[in-house]
Amino acid sequence: MGVRTWIEGWPVYRQLTGTDPLGRGAAAQSRRSRELTARTETADSMARSVCPYCAVGCGQRIFVKDGRVVQIEGDPDSPISKGRLCPKGSASKSLVTSDRRVRTVLYRRPYGTDWEELDLDTAMDMIADRVLAAREATWEDADDEGRPLNRTLGISSLGGATLDNEENYLIKKLFTALGAIQIENQARI
Amino acid sequence: MGSNSLYGPLDPAPDAGYPDAPPRMGFFTDTSVCIGCKACEVACKEWNGVPDDGFDLLGSSYDNTGGLSANSWRHVAFIEQPAVDALAAAGTTGPQFLGMPGKDLPGRTLDAPRTDFRWLMMSNVCKHCTHAGCLDVCPTGALFRTEFGTVVVQEDICNGCGYCVPACPYGVIDRREDDGRAWKCTLCYDRIGDGLTPACAQACPTQSIQYGELDELRGRARERVERLRGQGVTEARLYGHDPEDGVGGDGAFFLLLDEPEVYGLPPDPVVSTRDLPAMWKRAGLAGLAMAAAVAVSFLGGRS
Amino acid sequence: MAEAHPVGFQYVVEAKNRGAKVIHIDPRFTRTSALAHTYVPMRAGADIAFLGGVINYILSNEKDFREYVVAYTNASMIVSEDFRDTEDLDGLFSGYDPELNVYDQSSWQYAGQQDEGQEEGEAHTDRETASGLEQESHGPPVPADVPRDPTLRHPRCVFQILKRHYARYTPEMVERVCGVPRDKFDEVCEAWTANSGRERTTALVYSVGWTQHSVGVQYIRTGAIIQLLLGNMGRPGGGVMALRGHASIQGSTDIPTLFNLLPGYLPMPHHRQHETFRQWIDAIRNPEQQGFWANAEAYAVSLLKAYWGDAATADNDWGYGWLPRLTGDHGTYQQVLDMIDGKIKGYFLLGQNPAVGSAHGKAQRLGMANLDWLVVRDLFMIESATFWKDGPEIATGEIVPEQCRTEVFFMPAASHAEKEGTFTQTQRMLQWREKALDPPGDCRSELWFFHQLGRLVRERLAGSTLPRDQGLLNLTWADEEPTGEDVLKEINGFDVATGELLPTFTALKADGSTACGCWIYSGVYAGGVNQAARRKPGREQDWVAREWGWVWPADRRTLYNRASADPEGRPWSERKKYVWWDPEAGEWTGYDVPDFEKNKPPSYRPPDGATGVAAISGDDPFIMQGDGKGWLYAPSGLIEGPLPTHYEPAESTVRNPLYGQQANPARKVYDRPDNPTNPMANDVYPYVFTTSRLTEHHTAGGMSRQLAYLSELQPEMFVEVSPQLAAERGLENLGWAHIVTSRAAIEARVLVTDRLTPLRVDGRTVHQIWMPYHWGSAGLVTGDSANDLIGITLDPNVLIQESKVGTCDIRPGRRPVGPALLELVDGYRKRSEDHGK
Repeated sequence: MGVRTWIEGWPVYRQLTGTDPLGRGAAAQSRRSRELTARTETADSMARSVCPYCAVGCGQRIFVKDGRVVQIEGDPDSPISKGRLCPKGSASKSLVTSDRRVRTVLYRRPYGTDWEELDLDTAMDMIADRVLAAREATWEDADDEGRPLNRTLGISSLGGATLDNEENYLIKKLFTALGAIQIENQARI
Repeated sequence: MGSNSLYGPLDPAPDAGYPDAPPRMGFFTDTSVCIGCKACEVACKEWNGVPDDGFDLLGSSYDNTGGLSANSWRHVAFIEQPAVDALAAAGTTGPQFLGMPGKDLPGRTLDAPRTDFRWLMMSNVCKHCTHAGCLDVCPTGALFRTEFGTVVVQEDICNGCGYCVPACPYGVIDRREDDGRAWKCTLCYDRIGDGLTPACAQACPTQSIQYGELDELRGRARERVERLRGQGVTEARLYGHDPEDGVGGDGAFFLLLDEPEVYGLPPDPVVSTRDLPAMWKRAGLAGLAMAAAVAVSFLGGRS
Repeated sequence: MAEAHPVGFQYVVEAKNRGAKVIHIDPRFTRTSALAHTYVPMRAGADIAFLGGVINYILSNEKDFREYVVAYTNASMIVSEDFRDTEDLDGLFSGYDPELNVYDQSSWQYAGQQDEGQEEGEAHTDRETASGLEQESHGPPVPADVPRDPTLRHPRCVFQILKRHYARYTPEMVERVCGVPRDKFDEVCEAWTANSGRERTTALVYSVGWTQHSVGVQYIRTGAIIQLLLGNMGRPGGGVMALRGHASIQGSTDIPTLFNLLPGYLPMPHHRQHETFRQWIDAIRNPEQQGFWANAEAYAVSLLKAYWGDAATADNDWGYGWLPRLTGDHGTYQQVLDMIDGKIKGYFLLGQNPAVGSAHGKAQRLGMANLDWLVVRDLFMIESATFWKDGPEIATGEIVPEQCRTEVFFMPAASHAEKEGTFTQTQRMLQWREKALDPPGDCRSELWFFHQLGRLVRERLAGSTLPRDQGLLNLTWADEEPTGEDVLKEINGFDVATGELLPTFTALKADGSTACGCWIYSGVYAGGVNQAARRKPGREQDWVAREWGWVWPADRRTLYNRASADPEGRPWSERKKYVWWDPEAGEWTGYDVPDFEKNKPPSYRPPDGATGVAAISGDDPFIMQGDGKGWLYAPSGLIEGPLPTHYEPAESTVRNPLYGQQANPARKVYDRPDNPTNPMANDVYPYVFTTSRLTEHHTAGGMSRQLAYLSELQPEMFVEVSPQLAAERGLENLGWAHIVTSRAAIEARVLVTDRLTPLRVDGRTVHQIWMPYHWGSAGLVTGDSANDLIGITLDPNVLIQESKVGTCDIRPGRRPVGPALLELVDGYRKRSEDHGK
C-alpha cells in the first residue's frame, strides 16, 4: 500500500479534506464497512425450497457457499408466503447447520447403557435382517376361516408427515409388499 | 458543518459527508398488526450471526428476551391490558395484585381502564436517530452514519470503551459480555447496500415491520393512523416520526396503540449531545486549531 | 392461526385492513385473539353446542341461502320413517346397540333406501378400521329416485330434521353449555350470516386440534353444515379450511403412511369385507353410484400396476392377492398397547417423536421399552431415541436401562435442504423442493433408506418360492436409487406400453394399460413437466396464481367450485364470480380449473339408469358424493350419527346439559388398567385443561428445542392460569405448579394471565388451564410433557385421540420425583374412585 493510499485511508485526513468535517459518516467508514456485501449475493448457488415446519408451505431460498448453507430466507416469488417466514421458518438455517445434528449412526445394544458408533452399511444390514426375522416370526397366511391375511403384525412404523410424497410412496410400497400393515403417521394423531 | 448538525430537523447522510446520498432508509413498525411471532428476532439473529441471549423464562407475558441488547437487536414486547371489570373482580389494582408479586405486568393498572382485554405487541429496534447520541460520543469512529442515514457500529473499529451506551436516549446500544464491543441493529447495512430488505422486515409475516425510504414511510404511517382512527381505533398514534423531536426524528419509528411508556419507550427522548454546539462555540477555535496542527504535521511528514 | 400459522395469518390481516370482520373463538386469548375484532372465550370440548346454536339461529331466522341449499344440498331429501333423532331418544339416534356401542345405520337412510344402510356389525368393523368416512367420501348408493320436497316442508325432509335436531341449541343453552355470554354469541351469529350469501362469503378456519376430540369429525361436520346452509362451500372466500401442522401431513394422507389406506384414499383390504379383488373394487365404486368414484377400478388397477408392473396381470387380479389384509384396529394407539403387551417386535420412527408428541407419553415409552428393536430416523437426538436412559420412567424405576432389551438404531436423517421432493401443503398444493446440497456424514433421506432397505430384503429373499415372498420379489424396485423425480413420475402415472406420462386421472384404465401410484396426483407430471416445480412469481399472476405449484385433483385450487355458479351456471354475483358456464363456448371457464366436466352444460340431466360420471347432473357440484349433493345430513358412514350432537368430552367436569347421554356413545375406548380415564364431574380432578402450540416451537420440539434461537424465545415448560384460579389454588406468577391426571403428574412454571378467564357453565364456575405440549427431556431446553397427562380415547370415525380436552388438578410447587411420583398419581386415582362411589 502506497503512503498516499495509506494516508487517504486515515479518517482524520478524510475528515479534514472531505465532506464530513465532523468525522461521523463517510470519513469514519472503514474498509470493511465499505466492502460489505450481502452473502446471498456472493453465494455459489441458490435452491428454491419449501419450509419444513408447518403446512402453510412457505417458499424458501437456500443459499450455499463452499458447500455450506449460508442463508435460508423467504422466497418473495411465492404467492403463498410472499417472502415471509415465521420464527421457525426463519430459524431454518440453524436447523440445517446446527452442530447438534447427529451426523453418524448410533447404536444402543440390548440392555446397553450408552450409545455406540456403528458403520452405516452394517446398520443397514442389521436392520434388514431384523425386519425379515420379525416378519418370519409373526407371519400370518390366513385367518381362521382360510381367508388370506398375508401379513405381519410384528412390525410398526410411525412417521411421514414431515417427509416427501415420494418418500411416503416408497415407504408404503415397500411395507405393503412386506406384508407390514401397521404403518401410521401424525395424521392419525 | 451545518448549524444544526447536532439538533433539530436534518437529513443526516448529506450532513455526514455523502453529498450524493441515496434517500434515507428506515423502518416503520406498525404495532397494530404485530402478532408477536418474533420472526423478526430470529431472522435478525440468523442473518447477523447474533448469539443467543440465554434461556430464561421471564414471566413477563410472552417476552423472554427482556429488551434490546448486544445480543438481541429486535425485541418484541408484550403488554397484557385487562378490562377494568377483570381488575375489579380480582379486587385489586395492579401493583397489589395477588398473583403477581413484584412482577406486575405493564398495563395492568386502573390508570388506563379498558372495557375489553388487550394484548399489545411491539417489535422494538434501534431508532437510527437523526441525531444519534451514540455516534456523537464515539471516540474511535466505530459508530458511523451510513449513506442511507442509518447508524452502524463497525465491529472492526470498536474498542469496547462503552461511551455510547449511556449516550443512547433509548437504552438500545449495549456491550457484549464476551468481547466487550458494542453491538446493535445495523439496519442490515450489508443487505440494504445490495438493494435487499433487512432480514426482520423481509421475514415479518404481517408487514408490521416495513422497510423503505423514510419520507415515504412517514407518509404511509400518517395515512395508516388516520385510517385506524376512522375505524374507531382512536388511540393510534405515531412515535419517533417527528423531525422536531428531541432526536430530530427517528429512522425507525412506530405506530403505537397506547402511551410510549406502556411499551417501555421513553416519552420524550432527547439526544444527549444536544448542548454540544454551545459548548463547542466556546471550545471550537482551540479545537480546530489543534486539529489543523495535527494535519499539517502529517502532511509535512510526507515530504 | 397467528400462533401456529403466522405467515398464513397475513391474509387475515390483509382482509381485516380491507374491512373484513375477524372473530376468534378459543378457550384462551391467543395472539390470534389479539388481532381479532371479537374474541369469544368458550369451554373446551363444547364446540358442537356452540356451532349447533349457530345452525339453530340460521334456521330459526331463515338466514340460509335458500336457493343454494335447495339446489346443492340434500336438504330436500326425505329420510326413512324409521329414523329417530336424539330429540326422541335423549341423546341417542335410532339403531343403537349398547353391547357393541355402535349403531345399525339402516334407519338413517333416505326413504326407501333402508336396506342400503350399514348394519351394526359392519359399523363396528368400520370403526375398528377407521373406514366409516370412506363411506362418506365415496358416498352410499343413492338412486335418482330419492323422494324430495323442494319446498322443504315435509316433516321428514333433511331440512326439517335439522331444524328439529338443533331446536334445543338455543342461545340460552349455548350460554349454559359453552359459557359464552348471549351478546357474544349473537354477535357471531349476526356477523357470520350477514357476511354470507350471494354477494359475500365467510371462511371457517380451524386448526387441527379440532380433530383431537372424541367427537372431532362431528366438530368439522357441524362447521360444514353451517357453511353449506350459508352457501359458503365451493366459492371464493368461503370453505372450511384446515390449518394442518406439518409440512406434508396432507401428502402423507394422500399418499398415506396410514394403516387403513392405500394411495389416493383407496382402502386397505379387509380380510372379510374385501376377500376378493371384485369385493374390494365394488366396495369402493358402488356399482350403482354416480360420481367419480365409479371409476375406482381404473385407479385401483393402475396402482397395482405401479406396484407390480408386468407381474400384475388380469389373471392374477393385478396382484391383489399380495396385498396384506386388515382384521380390525391397527392404528398407532392399538400398536402402542400391543407393544406394551409384547406383541410387536420392531418399530420404525420416521421424523416422529411419540414419547413427547403422542397421547399418553408413558404408554408410548413403556411400549418402546418392550420391543426387540427400534429404528429412529431423525435430525436430532429426540426423546423417543433416549427413553431408555433419560425418560421420566427412569426416575420412577419403571424402566431400568440394564433390564431394557430394546435394541435402538439411530439413523441420522437428511434435512429438507439436502434432498429433492414434494411437500403437499394444507391446501393440497404440491411444491417441489430443489436440493441445495448433500447431507452430511451418515445422514440420508428416507428415499435412500427405504430404497436400500428394499434392495437388501429382496436380495436376502431372492429365489424364494414361498407365496408370502412373491409380492416383495415381484415389486417394481429399481436397482439404483431413484431420484425424487423418478418416483414422482411413477406417482403421476404412465402408459405401460409407451412409458408416456399421463395427463390426468381420467386417462387411467382398468385394463392394465396404465400404471399410476396415486390417482389423485395424476397430472402432476403432465406433459413430461414437473408441474409441482412451477414457480411463476405470484406478483406476475392473478390472485389464484395457478402457475405456482400444482394442486390435486387436476390442479383445482378450490374444490367443488361448480358451486360458485348458480344452477344455471351463472356466477352468484359479479363480486364473487369464480367458475361459470360459457354458453357460447359450451364450456365451464373462470379463474380456476373447473371442478366439473368441462363441457357438461348446467342443463344436463342424466338419462334413466345412468351411473358414474354420466349420472351427475349439470347442477350437482359435489361430484365426489354419491348423490352430487352437499350433505347436511349423512345418511350413512358416520359412526356416531347422521347429525352432529353435543356430547361431553370423555373427561368432563360437568354432566351433559343437553341430553342424558353424557359422552359420544360410539367413541373408541381401550379399557385397561394402564389407560385410566378421569371420572366425570369428579372433584378430585376439578379443572379443565387444554393444550396447543406456541409459534416459537414445533410439535414435540425435535425441530425447535434443539435450536438456540427458538429455545431462547420460549425457554421453559409453563402453564397458564387465570388470576382467579391462581388465587383459588395459591399459584404465583413464575412459581412452580404441578398438574395431575389419572395417568401422570407433570410440573411447569406458572404464568398468571387474564388471557384465561373462568366461565359460568350450567350455573357453576369452570376454570380452564392451558399448556403448550412442546417439552420433553432432550434438547437445549427441557421440561415435562403435557401429553403425558392425556389418556387414550379416540374418535370412532378416524381413530384420532381426544387430546385437546381433559380434566385435572393443579397445585402449587414441583411434583415429587422417583417412586413418590407414582404414589401421588395413584393416590389421586384412588380418591377419584372413592369420590365416584
